Amino acid sequence: MTAVYADGMALGLREVLAEDPRVYLMGQYFFGLTRHRRLTVELMRDFPGRVWNPPIAEVGYAGTGIGAAISGLRPIVDIATASFIFQAWPQVVNEAANIRYMTGGQTGVPVVFHITHGIRGGGASQHSHSPQAMLMNTPGLQIISPSTARDVRGLIRAAVQSDDPVVWIDHVKLFDIEGELPDAPETIPMGVADIKRRGTDLTIVATSLQVQRSLVAAERLAAEGIQAEVVDPRTLVPLDRATILQSVGRTGRLVVVDECHRSCGVGAEIAATVAEDAFDALRAPIIRVATEDVPIPFSRTMEEAVQPTVEKIIAAAHAVMEARRPRG
Amino acid sequence: MPSTVPSGALPAPQRLPQLRTMLRIRRFEEALIDLAQAHDVGHFHVYIGQEATGVPALALLEDGDVAYSTHRNHGHLLARGVDPNAMLAEILGRATGTNGGKGGTLHLASPAHGFPTTSASVGGPLPIAVGSAFAFRELGRDRVSVALFGDGALEEGAWHEAANIAALRQLPVVFLCENNSVGAVTQQAGDYPSSTLAVGTLADLARPFGIPAAVIDGSDSDAVHAAMSDALVRARSGDGPSFIEARTVRWPGNQGIWAELVTGRVQVHYGWDAATIPDPHRAWFAEHDPVVRAVREALAAGAGRDAIAAIDADATREMAAAVAFALASPWPDADEAFANLYADPRVNALATGRRAAK
Ligand SMILES: Cc1ncc(C[n+]2csc(CCOP(=O)(O)OP(=O)(O)O)c2C)c(N)n1
Ligand SMILES: [Mg+2]
Repeated sequence: MTAVYADGMALGLREVLAEDPRVYLMGQYFFGLTRHRRLTVELMRDFPGRVWNPPIAEVGYAGTGIGAAISGLRPIVDIATASFIFQAWPQVVNEAANIRYMTGGQTGVPVVFHITHGIRGGGASQHSHSPQAMLMNTPGLQIISPSTARDVRGLIRAAVQSDDPVVWIDHVKLFDIEGELPDAPETIPMGVADIKRRGTDLTIVATSLQVQRSLVAAERLAAEGIQAEVVDPRTLVPLDRATILQSVGRTGRLVVVDECHRSCGVGAEIAATVAEDAFDALRAPIIRVATEDVPIPFSRTMEEAVQPTVEKIIAAAHAVMEARRPRG
Repeated sequence: MPSTVPSGALPAPQRLPQLRTMLRIRRFEEALIDLAQAHDVGHFHVYIGQEATGVPALALLEDGDVAYSTHRNHGHLLARGVDPNAMLAEILGRATGTNGGKGGTLHLASPAHGFPTTSASVGGPLPIAVGSAFAFRELGRDRVSVALFGDGALEEGAWHEAANIAALRQLPVVFLCENNSVGAVTQQAGDYPSSTLAVGTLADLARPFGIPAAVIDGSDSDAVHAAMSDALVRARSGDGPSFIEARTVRWPGNQGIWAELVTGRVQVHYGWDAATIPDPHRAWFAEHDPVVRAVREALAAGAGRDAIAAIDADATREMAAAVAFALASPWPDADEAFANLYADPRVNALATGRRAAK
């Protein structure tokens, strides 16, 4: 069936709540301030007592989620706007991420933290963060970063089934994007990338909302006769490096599109991986399309200038196509 | 109530100027709600219903004092005399805005008026306000720092840490809590939770730190004036921090996530002819609206209806002109996005990368 991303989220949450009585929702801004908020209301109605609305106390309720996970529940803690995860940072980064390792494998923390990342339009500097690179630099956390209704539904199941902490990252601009949902519930495993579009001329590795922008760019490039392959890692930790390297092995060209800031972003990690492990396959320098290294400005003209766009992806694709280095 | 309302009221000659400021705020916010129908300004928050807190409290600040506001900052800035043209331009993201288009509604700032920066991270500004007070003390300046925040900020850990530091160091800071959840604590899914606190009286949270706390009616400008005067005297005489909980009944248009003009625009004649107040929101206008109350108080202090109506007409015209100014203002250059990250131009260019502004 056809469904929008938000419906995939709601279905995924509904399925894990129904299947596993240990699953609790702590927080209720899964759908931000969008019209899809009604889906939370439906979950509260259908799972009475399983959705807790905590105070504005991110560090407190993130820790509550961690403790509850240690002692038998499987909480999904909604931090809402990704920027607010900084309020919960000590619990997410310095507690949850370390516990299994620090205890020599004795204590696990099966908690899921949900955040909505990215440039949402008018969010300005304090409501537009994409903290996935910072989180990726924190061993011990897994990160799911879906881009379709199907993926979010299946990855929620994987996140809840995992015995370790997971950060689940959505982009608010994904919520209305349509896709296909299979009839039966499915679990999408951690660390398995998805090739969202096949192509032979260049590889575009994109994450989250940028997968959707890259697919639009790929269609326009196809109209010019350029066939782009779009690879969606789906989970950033663990990262399916093999699928990325194999794709670049076939195409010889790579554009990485990610909404983190350019310096030390998720795109930087992917580019470095390919430079290290597939250098010989490259026929052109890798290009990163990323958010510029400035906080997110409010005004639409500046906001547009600093973020990845379809036009920037197309320009990057043209640039890697023009560079003609024979295969080494 | 943990403490009594301090004595002292606003001098009569200040009634009309005070009403004028409140009306300017109200007409600004009403104009903004209309403007937001046609222009995407992001998620914005209006100060309607809280004017009797911010206006008298901030009128008592002096040059060099600072105040840290929140996502609900428009009224605070207008109360301190910030230009509504520049404020509306900022809210529309224009180059002529208070922040050059970088901040928008959530972050309106004007250091010249005592607003060094405005954070929309709930609780975030509380320790920062304490830090300004720390500097004022160390630098031997007779200045005060004011933390403006909602009831929700007390749910954040930052409050407790800030209060402890302010109390330990006996710093010249005033914690002015605008509790707009009185009688409006709805916990509907998807709506803003507010006052999800296990304490009965918010001001009680200041007591364990030994911070004097007053609980006042935030729509009573005299009570606000008196409580703030006391707090400022305490701060300026080296007697440390104060806490004020100003309670207001939420404006019906602020019940949902997006402000809506559900009550229609306030009319100054509601103040002298209550029978003209339309029905669905009669109680709010008659009992809780700070503007209507200020009209009644101005009348009682001897102001004429004509004078009040003239002030209102001025405020309405001023805000219509601000809308026109903002809409006619240019958008910032895209390259401006790369300016202002660091003070040193060389550092700025290096750090912002290839596309650094010239
Ligand atoms: C750290 C953080 N968490 C959550 C939010 C989302 N948020 C914005 S306003 C708000 C309610 C704040 O209530 P209160 O402090 O009482 O201010 P009011 O809006 O009532 O003036 C919340 C939860 C935020 N901006 N910052
Ligand atoms: Mg409040």
